[in-house]
Amino acid sequence: MPRDEAGILSEIKRDYILNKLKEGKRGDGRLTTEFREISIQQNYVPRAAGSAVVKLGKTKVIAGVKIESGEPFPDTPNLGVLTTNVELLPMAFPTFEAGPPNENSIEIARVVDRGIRESKMIDLENLVIEAGKKVWIVFVDINILDYDGNLIDACTLAVLSALKSAIVPGSKEGGKDFMLPIRNLPVSVTMVKIGDNILCDPDLEEEQLSSARITVSTTEDGHLRAMQKGDSGFFTIEDVRKAIKMSSDMGKQIREKYFQ
Amino acid sequence: MGTASDIKLIDEKGIRIDGRSLSELRPIKIETDVLERADGSAYIEWGGNKIMVAVYGPREAYPKHTQDIDKAVIKARYNMAAFSVDERKRPGPDRRSVEISKVISEALQCAIIVEQFPRAQIDVYIEVLQADAGTRIAGLTAASVAVAAAGIPMRDLVVGCTAGKVDGKIVLDLGKEEDNFGQADLPMGILAKSGKIVLMQMDGDLTAEEFDEATTMIYDATKRINDIQREALAGKYRALAMERGGE
Repeated sequence: MPRDEAGILSEIKRDYILNKLKEGKRGDGRLTTEFREISIQQNYVPRAAGSAVVKLGKTKVIAGVKIESGEPFPDTPNLGVLTTNVELLPMAFPTFEAGPPNENSIEIARVVDRGIRESKMIDLENLVIEAGKKVWIVFVDINILDYDGNLIDACTLAVLSALKSAIVPGSKEGGKDFMLPIRNLPVSVTMVKIGDNILCDPDLEEEQLSSARITVSTTEDGHLRAMQKGDSGFFTIEDVRKAIKMSSDMGKQIREKYFQ
Repeated sequence: MGTASDIKLIDEKGIRIDGRSLSELRPIKIETDVLERADGSAYIEWGGNKIMVAVYGPREAYPKHTQDIDKAVIKARYNMAAFSVDERKRPGPDRRSVEISKVISEALQCAIIVEQFPRAQIDVYIEVLQADAGTRIAGLTAASVAVAAAGIPMRDLVVGCTAGKVDGKIVLDLGKEEDNFGQADLPMGILAKSGKIVLMQMDGDLTAEEFDEATTMIYDATKRINDIQREALAGKYRALAMERGGE
């Protein structure tokens, strides 16, 4: 399907999607609560400590984890360190440019990071080599390969899979290699608002049509761990409640289907 | 959120470490027209936060590729002074301030009638001179007043406010210790009249019920904060009328 480089939908396409929504259907036939097909390929890059390629519909991202020893932050001397970075590779979309991270890639990285960090998914207490001096630093790098909407959830899924299979190179510090200690699985669900509809896992066209975006990350216990509203539109409080419910339902399904 | 601590932040009577009740705001003071050069400006003191906001524009958007043929673009820049926090902050934008600038720009975009100014930009400079928890929502609250003081047409004022979870209880407007050692933080930006949510972030651990409790508290507080905003703007025009010998 030809797509405008500036990200402007043709009016015919726009009307088609909006008309379908009036009947409660989406352009590609999905329900408003339905994700696109997810495929996860773990350990794609054996040279990394952990890695995964995730396809979410036609969106494709790769996450790689590297774990190295280093100094802890002064305010958390007894905790390992997690850093998350996202690269919007120029190969992924006609208007993505090479260069330092821009506000979009920073926002994606920080929202993904927040879900992982606030859920305490990684047991950072068990990543200390020498208290106050030396800890394991978990570098998570995510590269966007092909962009067709909903990068936040694609990135979160890739990071979860990569971290779950990651090995800490303990042998480099006189110990043994061990699996990265994981406690739980925060799943993010991103939704957009088109008219009065809330749609989860938007594809590119739905993103371009939408007025606002919201991401809600939940853990197994159904608790909210991170949220982020994005774009220049608004949500009502009822919209947000609906989004929370949708995230907790979809999060449960995704956890059961892909992370058992 | 921060790491666990042994400090007790709320006593048996429900009084917080700084003496407030659970749903009490810190003192807020807003002034307009504090700067000479800017088209509009505002200064806010919110607890220990001291934040200055300047607005320039609408003016032609530059560089040209950032222009929107349908509307003005809002370019907010949230910046913390090096001396605004305990440990000196390296000057210049970091990842946190880039993200905050983005969400504040988006929140203001929704409140300003941007359709009136195609191809223009409105610059909003938010300088945190002293930080004391809740700088983004205090900055947003002041920015909204500064835009109004610049005479830029708006649908509504944006009110910022935070709620969070401290010692297992939902509280309004986290203070510094509560921000550092609490279990959840929920900053929101709300359009004062319509109640529409234009900024929302959350981190920590909240149940859906706790989220409802927190948002109810925030909505209630936005009325009080909005009164302070309106009074600051009314003060500006009263002073103008006096100058011109009006009644």
